[in-house]
Amino acid sequence: MGSTSAHNNEGLGRRDLIKRSAALGLISVPTMSFLSACASSGGDDSGDKKPQGQKSKDNPFGVAKGGKIDVVVFKGGYGDEYAKAWEAAFNKKWGVTATHTGTQEITGKLQPRFNAGNPPDIVDDSGAQKIKIDVLHKNGQLLDLAEVLDAPSVDDPSKKVRDTLIPGTLDPGLQEGKVVALNYIYTVWGLWYSGKLFKEKGWTEPKTWDEFLAICKEATAQGIGGLAHQGKYPYYINVAIMDLIAKKGGLDAMKAIDNLDPKAFVGSDAAKEAVEAIYEVVEKGYLMPGTNGLTHTESQTRWNQYKAAFITCGSWLENEQLKQTPADFDMKFMPMPLLPGSKMPYEAIRAGSGEPFIIPAKAKNLAEAKEFMRLMLSKEWSTSFAKEANSLTILADGVDPSVKLRPGTQSTVDVSKKAGTNTFRYLYTEWYSEMDTAIQNASNELMAKRIQPAEWLKRAQAAVDKAAKDPASKNNRRD
Amino acid sequence: MRKGQYQFVAGFLLVPVALYLVFVIWPYIQTFGYSLTDWKGQSQTFSFVGLDNYVALFQDDIFLGAIWHNILFLVFIPVITILLALFFAFMVNAGGRSRAGGVSGVAGAGFYKILYFFPQVLSLAILSVLFGAVYRSDSGGMLNGFLVSIGLVDPGAPVEWLNEPNFVLWALIAVIVWHGVGFYLVLFSAAMQSIPRDIYEAALIDGAGRAQSFFKITLPLLWDAVQTAWVYLGIVAMDMFILVSTMTAPGGEFGGGPDHASETMSTYLMRNFLIYGKSGYACAMGVVMLLLTLILSVVTLRATRRERIEF
Repeated sequence: MGSTSAHNNEGLGRRDLIKRSAALGLISVPTMSFLSACASSGGDDSGDKKPQGQKSKDNPFGVAKGGKIDVVVFKGGYGDEYAKAWEAAFNKKWGVTATHTGTQEITGKLQPRFNAGNPPDIVDDSGAQKIKIDVLHKNGQLLDLAEVLDAPSVDDPSKKVRDTLIPGTLDPGLQEGKVVALNYIYTVWGLWYSGKLFKEKGWTEPKTWDEFLAICKEATAQGIGGLAHQGKYPYYINVAIMDLIAKKGGLDAMKAIDNLDPKAFVGSDAAKEAVEAIYEVVEKGYLMPGTNGLTHTESQTRWNQYKAAFITCGSWLENEQLKQTPADFDMKFMPMPLLPGSKMPYEAIRAGSGEPFIIPAKAKNLAEAKEFMRLMLSKEWSTSFAKEANSLTILADGVDPSVKLRPGTQSTVDVSKKAGTNTFRYLYTEWYSEMDTAIQNASNELMAKRIQPAEWLKRAQAAVDKAAKDPASKNNRRD
Repeated sequence: MRKGQYQFVAGFLLVPVALYLVFVIWPYIQTFGYSLTDWKGQSQTFSFVGLDNYVALFQDDIFLGAIWHNILFLVFIPVITILLALFFAFMVNAGGRSRAGGVSGVAGAGFYKILYFFPQVLSLAILSVLFGAVYRSDSGGMLNGFLVSIGLVDPGAPVEWLNEPNFVLWALIAVIVWHGVGFYLVLFSAAMQSIPRDIYEAALIDGAGRAQSFFKITLPLLWDAVQTAWVYLGIVAMDMFILVSTMTAPGGEFGGGPDHASETMSTYLMRNFLIYGKSGYACAMGVVMLLLTLILSVVTLRATRRERIEF
């Protein structure tokens, strides 16, 4: 190195001091960014009075002409064109100008705004970076949507909005007994396969777990994987495990988990058999090779290339894989096959709703936001959504018959019809984020063969027991 | 300094110091304040819980594991990166033996320098995508594809590199080292070039080999540069947020999997802060992180202090 000054032992020299403090500063850089992430500016300011419109049957919330609305939409698999179409329609009807934000960074953009008491008026809180509903609710940031749901429906003012929706689709938005999020998109979960591949191989849709295993076995023998799952996100395999539990043990087995029963997993025969059934797939080598470490798009794409017979997913799969799916793939949806002695019929499926829309309690333009949501649940807006985003909404018969559906989506409609009222839906994922993560971790270990079913049950039960210790969990109950 | 000078200097410092206080020091204090509350992160309502968060923190196995992983990173990333960079820098600058008495790099040294520096121009986000493809868990991955093609790995059971608890940390260290070696090679090269050649020539005449001239001459004269590198790599090791959160899953958001095997303090902090709504708890983690890094930096700078050599 170049010249350096002689070092005397007279305490810190000026240079040393500067050097050291610089080094100290540098090393604390990573810490700093995280610390400042925690910091925030406080302060609430009360909103100023706005002009109010006359309340009436057509205008239940008193929207004034020429107002404003601040819309934030998750720009994911469904894009945000649909929201722009809505905003244009809203402007046409009420002369309300919308500020539109389409983004994938919901948390990054909104967390500071919620904290500062300056949230938008309506938010599609979805995607990997959504703010968890349970967290928002516990902070008192969400408007109870009862007012919107009890308002007269746009299409038939003699009915309340809530009576025009597919039964049960409001449940996932429940927190402590109130609907605080409107899960707008009708979703079903289960297994998917290629109609073309099955035809070629002469396989038929398996109705029992044994038939399912038989197909997996044959597929594996022919160099095709049996079951693929989105390994990097154990959320998906949890859907399979939990659905087996619910179908085997009936709704009670499902509610035991949501209600944090001390015997939800350990001591539940349904849970034991379901997990052992899934583990059989692992043990016998019927998983698509490498599936445990793949992302959702990677493994779904492999499945689209006929590298696996089955994959587990929700009904967004078709839209998500549009580009990767061969034209003659003939995507098909089916319910989870049955374990022997199951309480629910084969036709039963997990059905419900996704893509939560919320209205922040501190929104500046509450009347506009409520009216916007009411209009979302009109036939006109619902059809416009189906056209732009290729998916169904929770409005019963909400899509104009003229809209032609793709084969996968069509098969979800058929299966849903056959299921009728035999549908179920877990809520713990919406209520207990930490418990959900813990069970997902356990499932990943199970799929990687690092733990056995008994250990999985123990870990899942431990997660349940931990969630039950939180005093706030008493407010979430389902019957 | 005379009295007037103090005022003069203070006048210039006032604005920067004020900015520093507001944007750097104040968030620290604020965070410490939040760490004593049950703040949930999405509103300004919370209550004071004293040291509860800290008590819980040191009973939290996942967080203790995360500290341990950061310490592993802190040990291995600087050591491996600096050793490799020193070795290559030495070979490129003084490892050649072309002419008797001459001190030069191995043949093609200039080319190697550019080649080694190349990874440095890639951002960590790009790296995570790149190495995601290398480590991919089926035979479509580069490593697995290679191992399958030479028959070392069964295509039906490929290695799930990032989904192996014993492997994932090393896979991440490999990426960081690959990324960093080139930069420190250039840093050490620059330092080496300022070492007078006569010292090497004298050593050569006395019959010193490569190893001797490295350990007896190069390394001692390079100590300042090594120390700097150490501090910088220490920063990388204490953070690791980008790589862990983008390359590893499960564990849900911000990676850290499988089953917390690659959890770092920063990923666990972010998950608690944003996903679980335990923001006060997360702030306590931030404070612990700050204290740990301060202690470590003091220790590092003390332990590596050496006598200076003048030339």
